[in-house]
Amino acid sequence: MKKRYSVFAIAKEAARHHLGWERAWAAPSPKPKYDAIIVGAGGHGLATAYYLGKNHGLRNVAILEKGWLGGGNTGRNTTIIRSNYLQDPSAAIYEKSRSLYETLSQDLNYNIMFSPRGVIMLAQTQAEIRGYQRTAHANALQGVKTEWIEPRRVKELCPIINLDGPRYPVLGGLYQARGGTARHDAVAWGYARACSDMGMDIIQQCEVTGVSTEAGKVTGVTTTKGDIACDKLGIVVAGHSSALADMAGFRLPIESVALQALVSEPIKPAMDVVIMANTVHGYMSQSDKGEMVIGGGTDGFNNYTQRGSFHHIEETVRALVETFPMISRLKMLRQWGGIVDMTGDRSPIISKTPVGGIFVNCGWGTGGFKAIPGSGWAMAELMAKGEPGPLAAEFTVDRFKVGKFIDESVAAGVAH
Amino acid sequence: MSTRLATGGRFIDRSQPRAFSFNGKRLRGYAGDTLASALLANDQMLVGRSFKYHRPRGVVAAGAEEPNGLVNLGKGQHFEPNQRVTTTELFDGLEAESQNHWPSLEFDVGAVNARLSRFLPAGFYYKMFIHPRSFWKHIYEPFIRASAGLGKAPKSRDADTYEHFHAHVDVLVIGGGISGLAAALAAGRAGVRVLLIEQTAHWGGRAPVDDPQINGLGAEEWINSTLQALEEMPNVQIRTRMMGAGVYDHGSVLCYEQLTDHIGPKDGPRHRLWQVRADRVITATGAIERPLSFAGNDVPGVMLAAALRDFVVNFGVSVGDRTVVVTNNDDAYRTAIVLKTAGLDVPCIVDARPAPTGELVAEARALGIRVEAGKGIAKVKGGKRVTAVALCAQAGEGAVLEEIPCDAVAMSGGWSPVVHLWSHCGGKLTWDEAGAMFRPDPDRPPTGADGEGFVLAAGTANGFLATSEALADAYAAGQIAAGIKKGKGPSALAPAEEPMAPVWMMPQGAAISLREKMWLDYQNDVKVSDVQLAAREGYESVEHTKRYTTLGMATDQGKLSNINGLAILSDSLGRPIPSVGTTTFRPPYTPISMGAIAGAARDGLFQPIRKTPMHGWHEANGAEFEPVGQWRRPYAFRRNGESTEAAVHREVKNTRDAVGLLDASTLGKLIVKGPDAGKFLDMLYTNMMSTLPVGKCRYGLMCSENGFLSDDGVVARIDEDTWLCHTTTGGADRIHAWMEDWLQCEWWNWKVYVANVTEQYAQVAVVGPKARMLLEKLGGGMDLSKEALPFMQWADGRIGDFDARVYRISFSGELSYEVAVPAGQGLAFWEALLAAGEEFGVMPYGTEALHIMRAEKGFIMIGDETDGTIIPQDLGLSWAISKKKDDYLGKRAHQRPHMTDPNRWKLVGLETTDGSVIPDGAYAVSEGVNDNGQRNTQGRVTSTYMSPTLGRGIAMGLILNGPDRMGELVEFPKIDGTSVTAKIVSPVFYDPEGEKQNG
Repeated sequence: MKKRYSVFAIAKEAARHHLGWERAWAAPSPKPKYDAIIVGAGGHGLATAYYLGKNHGLRNVAILEKGWLGGGNTGRNTTIIRSNYLQDPSAAIYEKSRSLYETLSQDLNYNIMFSPRGVIMLAQTQAEIRGYQRTAHANALQGVKTEWIEPRRVKELCPIINLDGPRYPVLGGLYQARGGTARHDAVAWGYARACSDMGMDIIQQCEVTGVSTEAGKVTGVTTTKGDIACDKLGIVVAGHSSALADMAGFRLPIESVALQALVSEPIKPAMDVVIMANTVHGYMSQSDKGEMVIGGGTDGFNNYTQRGSFHHIEETVRALVETFPMISRLKMLRQWGGIVDMTGDRSPIISKTPVGGIFVNCGWGTGGFKAIPGSGWAMAELMAKGEPGPLAAEFTVDRFKVGKFIDESVAAGVAH
Repeated sequence: MSTRLATGGRFIDRSQPRAFSFNGKRLRGYAGDTLASALLANDQMLVGRSFKYHRPRGVVAAGAEEPNGLVNLGKGQHFEPNQRVTTTELFDGLEAESQNHWPSLEFDVGAVNARLSRFLPAGFYYKMFIHPRSFWKHIYEPFIRASAGLGKAPKSRDADTYEHFHAHVDVLVIGGGISGLAAALAAGRAGVRVLLIEQTAHWGGRAPVDDPQINGLGAEEWINSTLQALEEMPNVQIRTRMMGAGVYDHGSVLCYEQLTDHIGPKDGPRHRLWQVRADRVITATGAIERPLSFAGNDVPGVMLAAALRDFVVNFGVSVGDRTVVVTNNDDAYRTAIVLKTAGLDVPCIVDARPAPTGELVAEARALGIRVEAGKGIAKVKGGKRVTAVALCAQAGEGAVLEEIPCDAVAMSGGWSPVVHLWSHCGGKLTWDEAGAMFRPDPDRPPTGADGEGFVLAAGTANGFLATSEALADAYAAGQIAAGIKKGKGPSALAPAEEPMAPVWMMPQGAAISLREKMWLDYQNDVKVSDVQLAAREGYESVEHTKRYTTLGMATDQGKLSNINGLAILSDSLGRPIPSVGTTTFRPPYTPISMGAIAGAARDGLFQPIRKTPMHGWHEANGAEFEPVGQWRRPYAFRRNGESTEAAVHREVKNTRDAVGLLDASTLGKLIVKGPDAGKFLDMLYTNMMSTLPVGKCRYGLMCSENGFLSDDGVVARIDEDTWLCHTTTGGADRIHAWMEDWLQCEWWNWKVYVANVTEQYAQVAVVGPKARMLLEKLGGGMDLSKEALPFMQWADGRIGDFDARVYRISFSGELSYEVAVPAGQGLAFWEALLAAGEEFGVMPYGTEALHIMRAEKGFIMIGDETDGTIIPQDLGLSWAISKKKDDYLGKRAHQRPHMTDPNRWKLVGLETTDGSVIPDGAYAVSEGVNDNGQRNTQGRVTSTYMSPTLGRGIAMGLILNGPDRMGELVEFPKIDGTSVTAKIVSPVFYDPEGEKQNG
């Protein structure tokens, strides 16, 4: 058992110049065989492993990562956490996730800085008002606490907002008080530390190059660190899901595109909520470090380059300068892109596959960070039992064949 | 103390004093000063506090790499936080305040963090503040947030304006130092179009400070003659105060020009954002000097060696009276020589190398400067200002040999080429062992569409630190970029330099107590011990280390700290530096204003409002508007003192009883024409459009490939190969794009043209029992009778003085004519209708009356009854799906099992049992909860209104098997916990036989 993190541990270590801290996670070599292998040590993969161990007692598990853990979308998103989704299956898994976030720092003994500062989705057209009122009604029946708020309340919660923009005045908003943000890297690191502590092997710099099957069932993977056998294989690799599926011999309805984001220079606290403005396409919050964290749209073409392009940044910043005029005199510090895996209905896939023992968790698109704990919880249940529990039941890959989509673009026209 | 020297200063004009203030103190500088040089000239070394420990901080650099000197600049609508003092040009009346302290810069309570720093190592917050849970939100986080952030938040609207420029050139040269000038000269001579940009106000970079001979001229002379040559070339443009901010795919380069920042608030654009498309980009961006890691290297007065001599030579400012130089290379000796020549004291040059012997070393010695070889600094003494340095052996653990009193330290750890722009778009780096630096790998440049590299690094930025090599490299780069053969470029003469020796920690074997005081990242307070801690804890990837310690994440993005931090990490891991790699370089090179990114598109120019020809009339006549797509449509026309609701009800009643006018000009109008137009429309619509007779109209539905209803509208056949397709207001551009998508990508060989003529026509719906009378009164000779122009037909003709196309279509259930006239005549036609209609009680009506009337009639509305998940079959629109066609978009999807499931939510009317209105968005519940504990539902309301016609609440909704359950009651819970019960009825509440619209 690792040394627990606490203010007392810090005080004790301070006395010896912090020379006594242990590794947060071990750096093992792969064993020849595991009960289960998770491909992808991002938030979703690590959370899957964590709940496999914690909820289902499965600890002979390896998590393979081709780069460094948490280095994909987990480490390059805008960290918004909310669960005010419209459709029942979405609301269920995102709310499960949000509620797990509430206690995740204590569960993991790693401060992930979940900050339930509140999320407001602005309504700026009549259609948006109706859309969000519908969501508010749905949320009430789903047990997700949200409320419709009037413009005056929006202004109270976010004094820097311009309610009377000449183009799209703010007509109200859907407010989730227990939504917010968290420290994205810490989520990956916290899960990694906990997994390692349970005896799981996190193997970084280990790229999977092939999947072996026998009689329609998985037997193991080939990696840059050799062949590793397994009984169960979980593919949790977001933008590269199609490539892994291809190795295993099946196809996924996924497109990979770059999503753009940026931060400003840090300033003293000016904004205590997360604001999403879907009519004008942009969302913004202020990090604990003081930077304005801004998310924009996806590039209009498929690609795998994790680079920022500029045209979406221009569109997003323009919209946000209109919504928050004070940011005009802030400066953009850094922009970047992440590759998101988009499904046809913009909802995830947590599913069995045509190959026995292989399970896939992908398609979180532009909103995966908020789902990490819930996604891991549901995926672990699926992998442990071989059948989905209620949280994952609707997110099968087969839904695209039968046409039973879970479309979340319904209420909010853009990225969530 | 730091002060202005009696003479010198290339940039300043001593005849032009400039008054400015710092923290309220009135100070003076000269034209040509930066805020940094002016502050130093006034002995203001202390300029700010660091982010985490609130350590006192002084200026450490002289350019864009400065991490410490950040100020709140200006007031009110011109206020701007985090302005770098080293790049802020001084102007009269400049007002600056230092940041991140309370109550004052000199006495900062936050500095207690520095005392506690032992308890606040890298990542301390991940290990603390975990219990109790509620404390995070209410105590810990507010505390952390309040202590984070640097500058203040702007409070006012920005008074300045911004603009965007676009330029296309053959060669873009970024950087106006001697390398950039040489590259531009070479490319310019080759005759191609060249744009040369320089981020500062001055050409020549640092060359004039060190003054090598170029082509037999002094550096400044050569620069001036080259500038003159470039200015005479018609194919070359040059601009200062313009930075290369980012390099993107396809040769797109973002540049940032500061137009008025150097003169203070002024009319006209402040910044100009350029998007330059260049065939080839040359990055002549120079190099940045690296600090050395010794204990106390953050005390104000410790400065980069080159910055120190820049201040002397360029601004006539001495940073200290007694300056100790500490170095691992020859270049820093220049600083000692400059200082000594200026009459300042240099008690010692501390050189970590065991036996320095270069020309510059000899020159310094000849000036009588003491050189201590093989030594390092054990520790800098002083709090808010350097008071002394303690010397030690570089090879040892830091045993102090001697203390030397001084008030400034000039440090140099070597130079790093500025590779940011090279790297933005995928250019790779290679580790240069001799120079201990990353330099662009010429074999792995960023590649363009042709697979060729489109960025060339040049000169110092390409790793050629010696002037002669840099010039030759840059001139060659200019020739290569211009596509001509390499020829001989300018030659330079400068003192030869001996190799530098990499020194990543001083002394080499420093104990932990020293390492805890060696700063890597000044702004974010990351020390050598922090990076070592990260490595110890397994944050081994360079990205992990960066994120765990926040190294390089400050506003300078690690320009000074990254390489030093990387070296410490590689040493901790026992792996060579190149295998550890760098973090990713992201745009922009230095921060650029959001205002510039938004450009001119603000206020009225932010998504400009589209206006119908009658828009002005609506504004003048009490219209309340709602945004619909890019338009604003009148929601209702309020009359003297009436509420909006009353106005809507009056408009509905008047239209039902007499006659109303709707401005329908925003409705999408797409002309689809060509021999294959009929075939094309049969694929796009679920209906059969090819068989529609000329002169007739048909209501059509369009679905996505997934079968979901995406738009509807009336299609009119104009002639044998021409159809006019009406779309929804919001759908016009989307459907136009959708048609083009299919025509350009899939059916490219079909002979069809689509033209969006939405704005070519003004269209007015004349609606109500007196509609025909009104139109007939206008005259013109058109036969508008039921027999001549029955329902769902159209005709061209004259109405009054207007050329009109008249469609007999109705979205209200009333007798209705939609009349299209040329847009230019729209307002006149509208006014003619109002004048002629006076005797019939004509009134305009808005979108809300339109919605209510269509709901009373049971007509669906795209966006209300549909939401992207609804198929036509759900809405009772199976009749509009042709059974005779082989295919249409969505047909295959309509056959999927879930779509043909008999148990779907389907359209019905809903009548509340108490006459009230069901709230928008309410769901109908059924018994129990699902496996996730959510209340089970059996439907939802899609449109809900108080019907003025029926005097009660009516609604349309989608209910499980609804059409088979007429008369059943369903329950809709409200948000407030109460609920409303409604009876399932037919969705057609008004005139179910259609006698009125057909009449």
